[in-house]
Amino acid sequence: MADTARDPPPDRTDFHEVEDGEDLFPEPSAATPESQPASLSAVDISTNANGPKQDSFFDDDNEDLFAEATEEVSLDSPERDVLLSDGPSPAITPITPPTSVITPRIGHTHDDMFTHSSFDEIEEEEGGDSFDIHISVSDPEKIGDGMNAYMAYKVTTKSSMSLFKQRDFAVKRRFSDFLGLHSKLASKYLHIGYIVPPAPEKSIVGMTKVKVGKEDQSSNEFVEKRRSALERYLMRTVKHPILLKDPDVLQFLESTELPRAVNTQALSSAGILRMVNKAADAVNKMTIKMNESDAWFEEKQQHFENLDLQLKKLHASVESLVCHRKELSVNTAQFAKSAAMLGNSEDHTALSRALSQLAEVEEKIDQLHQDQANADLYLFSELLGDYVRLIGAVKGVFDHRMKTWQKWQDSQMLLQKKREAEAKLQFTNKPDKLQQAKDEIKEEIEELEGKVQQGERDFEQISKTIRKEVSRFEKERVKDFKMIIVKYLESLVQTQQQLIKYWEAFLPEAKAIS
Amino acid sequence: MMQEGLDDGPDFLSEEDRGPRAVNVDLEMDATLQVDISDALSERDKVKFTVHTKSTLPNFKQNEFSVVRQHEEFIWLHDSFVENEDYAGYIIPPAPPRPDFDASREKLQKLGEGEGSMTKEEFTKMKQELEATTLLSVRGKNKKEKLEDFFKNVVKSADGVLVAGVKDVDDFFEHEKTFLLEYHNRVKDASAKCDRMIRSHKNAADDMNRIASSLYTLGTQDSTDLCKFFLKVSELFEKTRKIEARVAADEDLKLADLLKYYLRESQAAKDLLYRRSRGLVDYENANKALDKARAKNRDVLQAETNQQLCCHKFEKISESAKQELIDFKTRRVAAFRKNLVELAELELKHAKGNLQLLQSCVGILKGNT
Repeated sequence: MADTARDPPPDRTDFHEVEDGEDLFPEPSAATPESQPASLSAVDISTNANGPKQDSFFDDDNEDLFAEATEEVSLDSPERDVLLSDGPSPAITPITPPTSVITPRIGHTHDDMFTHSSFDEIEEEEGGDSFDIHISVSDPEKIGDGMNAYMAYKVTTKSSMSLFKQRDFAVKRRFSDFLGLHSKLASKYLHIGYIVPPAPEKSIVGMTKVKVGKEDQSSNEFVEKRRSALERYLMRTVKHPILLKDPDVLQFLESTELPRAVNTQALSSAGILRMVNKAADAVNKMTIKMNESDAWFEEKQQHFENLDLQLKKLHASVESLVCHRKELSVNTAQFAKSAAMLGNSEDHTALSRALSQLAEVEEKIDQLHQDQANADLYLFSELLGDYVRLIGAVKGVFDHRMKTWQKWQDSQMLLQKKREAEAKLQFTNKPDKLQQAKDEIKEEIEELEGKVQQGERDFEQISKTIRKEVSRFEKERVKDFKMIIVKYLESLVQTQQQLIKYWEAFLPEAKAIS
Repeated sequence: MMQEGLDDGPDFLSEEDRGPRAVNVDLEMDATLQVDISDALSERDKVKFTVHTKSTLPNFKQNEFSVVRQHEEFIWLHDSFVENEDYAGYIIPPAPPRPDFDASREKLQKLGEGEGSMTKEEFTKMKQELEATTLLSVRGKNKKEKLEDFFKNVVKSADGVLVAGVKDVDDFFEHEKTFLLEYHNRVKDASAKCDRMIRSHKNAADDMNRIASSLYTLGTQDSTDLCKFFLKVSELFEKTRKIEARVAADEDLKLADLLKYYLRESQAAKDLLYRRSRGLVDYENANKALDKARAKNRDVLQAETNQQLCCHKFEKISESAKQELIDFKTRRVAAFRKNLVELAELELKHAKGNLQLLQSCVGILKGNT
């Protein structure tokens, strides 16, 4: 049905359609060298799949495309800052397969690079600027008093990348600044399929305690938890090659003054709007019935659902462990005091001394439990919490794809209706108005055809982006889990080593009782 | 039936009734008398213990024999000693607390009910837990016994106040009184805090159990490199949790039980002092009565006899009490020494085992990364 000729697509930064064969998206462990260029067009429109399932290709173009894309990527390239926008797409198989062939469009696109190999390899190819950036969030400082008080954090960036003006610099930021950054990134990138790392959660209770000036164990822990979470948030954000180059991110890291992000407050009008939108989205999600003919997406969605469930369960168990370990620490300390008292009242000298030693050992052990509980929390528990939220973002991106599909389908249906209307026009009995009506409808149809094409392109694009993003995400996930869990286990090792030391010191004391 | 095999001689009987499991006190490896609980059989709401005795003493009809006794009978035995005036001068070993099978039974019930809803792993784990805790089921008092004790204590403390107020001429007993009053309270506190500490430890071990299960599920579901990783870490948690559970169980055995035992024994020692004080009061009253009788010159002989009796009783109690209290100290020191040494050795053993487990796992994981 789509047999109209296509106008050459406008000249914009574009990306290519990618052949989504199996090789393109290798399992994270396999690093497949590429020869799948995203290339455009001259597509064989014989397949009937919903997603790109192509079998033909244009090999000559491959090498060039690829090389070109490689060269063009320079970190300072202004094009990179521009939002990814739609490019021409070969009519790869929408539900109603078009029959025309479209001329290949070769533009440069950073996107191309991400269609294959790991980002690490890509970054090396970029020549000179390897991914070398380290951000730390430190020195939480309470500014102001009472309910208007807030915590300011120092954000220090150390990087040799040419992206930045300096190699080592710092700025002061407050929590709402981080939320503002995330909000901007989310509005720019989520709907086209990029997994934007979620910002740390708000906590009215936690913050109120800080504002009120309560300086106790729990409020200190709250600040430390937040500081650590903000640091992880920034590192995750800059690890994303696209987000790293976003001007908002650069501004956040570099500029001394940042306009206050007021719309991040939960109860502001923007906040309420967000809540309303979220609710609306939830309803919509239930009503969209997408014909998923791409098994990859179905499989991945199921995978993330399962992962979500399991991680939440694991997270709950680890939080419980943290809680019990803290209790253990407190109870051990109390026992230590009690044992000391018992030792004091014991009238046999040697036994009395041994009991005092026991009390000392238990006191040291209680500190050990406290330290271990912290490791449980900051390493293990927070990792899991982060990933539960990240998977929320992943699920969101899949939802956007569904919405994109829906939009495309809606345009399609409308076009269909208009065409039917056009056909009916032939039989109208008002000849004088006929030509006018015919012209009107023709215009509408043209417009809708454009929309349909755009819708299809958007859908293809978001599908492609998601595949890349998921691949990258999974790689990061594997790295993160391995690294942090090993670190956590090492903390357990340390605890045991200390325990051994303490009990070894006590044993002779116990034996000395006579 | 109840008398079978029992003899009234104080010496060997005082060894016999030291609780269903002689873990805290050193039963002398004496050929003349060895007693142990060779079996415990649980039936609905009662437990039957098999008391096995081996003795070369002539008092017994046979050299080796076993009888079946229930907890109430142990209590009966204890109370018989307490009520017997001849034993007034001894620290009568405290009666063993009623075995708390309620907790185990609750778990057993949960296990049965949950069979359908739990995963296979969870079920097996719960079963293992149950077996481990049933070992240590002789714990705590049930509600009824606690209530009885409460009333007993109310009566005693009223008297105790009366008696404690009288300062003793004898330095030894004065010191012992002060010492025991304070010691008993401190042991009570230490025992309670120790129990709380061990409870937290067990809770943490339970969490590790759940963590192991979740990790296992994650390992079976994951399609990335992480699947092997998760399975290995799950295995580690499973093993380390077993060790942690053993640590808690050993602390329970070597420390908590020790403190509980000495809580009860120090009470028994206090009871002895109390009986001696009563004897003293009786003696002093008898003296006063004698003086009165002499003054009135009436019933003098009776008063004299009574006074002599009271005097004799009091002196007998005092003499035996002194020795008992000295022995108590010796036993206490020995028991603490043994248990603290064993505690430290076990803690070390478990920590070393745990360390090796963790290090080996970290080594493997790092090697694969």
